[in-house]
Amino acid sequence: MKILLVDDEHELVSTLAERLSFRGIQADWAISGEEAMRLAEKNTYDVAVLDVKIPRIGGLELKRRLQSKLPVLKFIFMTGHGSEEDFRNCSAETADGCYLVKPVNIEDLIQKMNELVKVSEVSP
Amino acid sequence: MSWNWEVIGETGLQFFGKVSASISHEIKNVIAIINENAGLLEDLIARSEKGIPLDPERLRTQANRIIKQVRRGDDIVKGMNRFAHSVDEPLRQTDVNDSLALTCALSNRFASMRGVALELDPSPTQVPIITNPFFLQNLIWLCLDFAMGSTGTGKAVSLKAGKTEGGAEIRFSKLEDLAAADIESFPGERETALLQALRADLVINKEMGELRLTFPVQAEG
Repeated sequence: MKILLVDDEHELVSTLAERLSFRGIQADWAISGEEAMRLAEKNTYDVAVLDVKIPRIGGLELKRRLQSKLPVLKFIFMTGHGSEEDFRNCSAETADGCYLVKPVNIEDLIQKMNELVKVSEVSP
Repeated sequence: MSWNWEVIGETGLQFFGKVSASISHEIKNVIAIINENAGLLEDLIARSEKGIPLDPERLRTQANRIIKQVRRGDDIVKGMNRFAHSVDEPLRQTDVNDSLALTCALSNRFASMRGVALELDPSPTQVPIITNPFFLQNLIWLCLDFAMGSTGTGKAVSLKAGKTEGGAEIRFSKLEDLAAADIESFPGERETALLQALRADLVINKEMGELRLTFPVQAEG
């Protein structure tokens, strides 16, 4: 499984990527929408984990742009707010429950990623 | 002078809510980073128990990262506390330079979301006036919000407070797109109500790409 992590907090995504690598999951990371798009030009990913509030572009718009490059990519949103508005917007953009509130438990994150990849494997 | 309390009250509550939500987001990020750093420490210990050598330098790095985030969280909470106490008194001696710095710090996330850099040029001396500190911060925020939409390709707002003969001023400059901005709607009802309450003036200089707020030594009580 290959993951793309995007959040403007450098230390958050780099540390999370290292922890995922200890669990056998390869994760690239980006701290801006532009960097994420550059990575998506050169690589393929199974799941993208996006902060809802990414500067300049926003997580929902980044999701649409990534999806146009990688149509089979699955998405999980992370947010610090946990607001009703974020929940509604993210739920409309992803499968049910693909929305995690920071701080995120890494085991919950991996479980969500595994569920998404399994669903995509059995989908026609 | 009668103030437009309905507009001032609603604008103030919106400002308070917006800043509080932004601060909560910042604090959540700090907690999330500490959570990952602590998790990484656990992972490193678990790996060492399986025989993978644990580098003490790595532990030091992790400890420093956590300390850095604790300091960042402390600064955020200090700013939040100062902001919350700005409603304590309707009129008090206020350093305009200090209010500008605090409002900039509270606005940094909004600026970052819009890809705009806030360049604060601090005054070497205090700029004291007697005013309503919360209204002052609210007016600075509204002007800053407008200024951030008028930066053009420069994507920066320069901010400076200073003394004047009659009191104090704040300049918002580097506004490359000010000439093209919709100044029919700015200052609007909210800004006008706060300008009246603070006995302040706003001058829009399209040629210089600058907004200039001026304040008397003492606002009305």
